[in-house]
Amino acid sequence: MRLDRMLTVARIDLRRLFRSKDYWIPMGFLAGVFFVGLPFLLLTIVTSTTSSELVNKIGEVLQSLPGPVQENVVGETPAARGAYMLAVYLLAPVAIVVPLTISSAVGAHAIVGERERGTGEFLAHSPLTEREIFLGKMLASLVPGFAATAVGFGIYSLLVNLKVGPLVGGWFFPTPAWWVLIIWVVPPFIAVALSLILWVSSRVRSTAAAQQAATLVSLPVIFAAYGVSSGLLINPVVAALTIGVVAWTLAVAGLITGSRSLHRERLLGFGGDG
Amino acid sequence: MPLAIKFSNVTRRFGAVRAVDSLSLEVPAGSITVLLGPNGAGKTTTVRLTTGALNSDSGSIEVLGLDPAIHGDEVRARSAVVPPKPALYDRLSGWDNLTFTADIFGASHAAIRPAAERFGIDHALDLDVGGYSTGMRTRLALARAMLHDPEVLLLDEPTAGLDPESARAVLDLIRELAGRGRTIVLCTHLLHEAEGVADQVVLMASGQARIVGSQEDLADQFVTNPAVVIDAEDRSVLRLLEKHRDVVSAEWNGALHVRLTHLDRLPDVVAELVASGARITRVQPDNPTLETLYFEMQRSLRETA
Repeated sequence: MRLDRMLTVARIDLRRLFRSKDYWIPMGFLAGVFFVGLPFLLLTIVTSTTSSELVNKIGEVLQSLPGPVQENVVGETPAARGAYMLAVYLLAPVAIVVPLTISSAVGAHAIVGERERGTGEFLAHSPLTEREIFLGKMLASLVPGFAATAVGFGIYSLLVNLKVGPLVGGWFFPTPAWWVLIIWVVPPFIAVALSLILWVSSRVRSTAAAQQAATLVSLPVIFAAYGVSSGLLINPVVAALTIGVVAWTLAVAGLITGSRSLHRERLLGFGGDG
Repeated sequence: MPLAIKFSNVTRRFGAVRAVDSLSLEVPAGSITVLLGPNGAGKTTTVRLTTGALNSDSGSIEVLGLDPAIHGDEVRARSAVVPPKPALYDRLSGWDNLTFTADIFGASHAAIRPAAERFGIDHALDLDVGGYSTGMRTRLALARAMLHDPEVLLLDEPTAGLDPESARAVLDLIRELAGRGRTIVLCTHLLHEAEGVADQVVLMASGQARIVGSQEDLADQFVTNPAVVIDAEDRSVLRLLEKHRDVVSAEWNGALHVRLTHLDRLPDVVAELVASGARITRVQPDNPTLETLYFEMQRSLRETA
């Protein structure tokens, strides 16, 4: 396998992606809602409320959290503690959906899209190996997800620190556990999801089928990532590191298995399922 | 002459359908081979098997001395395919499409602009391919195929839907490459375009090479009554030929088109006309076109069947 040719496949896929407004507009909207819109709205309501009823309800929610979480929630007032809880334990885990969705959307089209456009014929007659094609497309699908993770959580951090920071004694996000999650746990989860989606994309006959299958494949991974991230926030950082190792192992296994699943004939439209 | 491509008893099935069925075919290096045949004859599958994009179920294939099933990457690096639909990335510019190809085939970027100029597409390199016309797309696909100077060029219905200028660009390319010793396989059912370019004509049917030979040899084999065009100042004299013993048929079409029992009877026929007072202005062999030949071969196959 030649690295330069694999990078060429990734580069050309990314270039096509950057020029696809029909991809960027909905994905940008999704990221805007989860990283900016929803946090801004909810945190504004919680931090500026004068309703004693709402403050009481926030207090009740805080009381219902597991003990370790309650100990970690910072803030002098119920509103401050409620805002902290929202920022760290509710909104941020939900936002993990965004990079996974962005990468899944690219991955679902990656191989079956070549068949539909007819460009699979060109790739099939090219000297690229199946592995170079698969890994190039994998990389092109990973980059938007990783970029969304970095940029999205960067903006999210800025937003929650500006909104909630003054109430809890300064900038607080990412917490140590969230640093581990963003850098160490989320990326392999994206890779695992993509391995499955690209495997599906190389087998189905149409983009529509790939999207449906990708949804089925990626949803459990999204829930797993969400569950793991939420759970890890309760447990020590060491647990997050351990989960990350497992996720990376699965990701590498997925890459190897997935790269073996692509056959040249599939690029021509033969041998697909469904 | 060494062989560039050799198929030996190759079969490829898709389910119950034998797209290529015990195909044996030899393409000499540096030659132009034209694959003729109706849709479903196995031409495209033959092209795909040649580069190793598809693998055969049985039989053996050798391309440039290599087995594409084993050394497919090298075979593909030394060959190029122009498919019926150009298979370009619409959301990229012409330049991006060509640099992508140059990078994966290991060709120099310096080859891009000359290749684009060669096919008259250099003015549109900065535009997205999605806005190209059919002809422009084919020209770009041709430029793309030439970037790495392939030893074997496989053209699968490259002129389908093209304007005359673009179709001519394809034929000019074929002649130019042949002049440089490259091996060319042209699949087509547009027979007039393949006229006169083929060193070898292969008639495919049901996944097999049913008839193989040069156009001249096949004409001798399948067109039994040679045609000649004859004209004279006083055309009434030519009516003698309508019932001449050496003339099988005679038909007026601007001049008199006659089919003779054998070409060596022509001098006697002309001598008789002159003796009858005709002042002959034209005697011209009317060689069978590839189209004529194609239908004669098809007729022969049907009779054999």
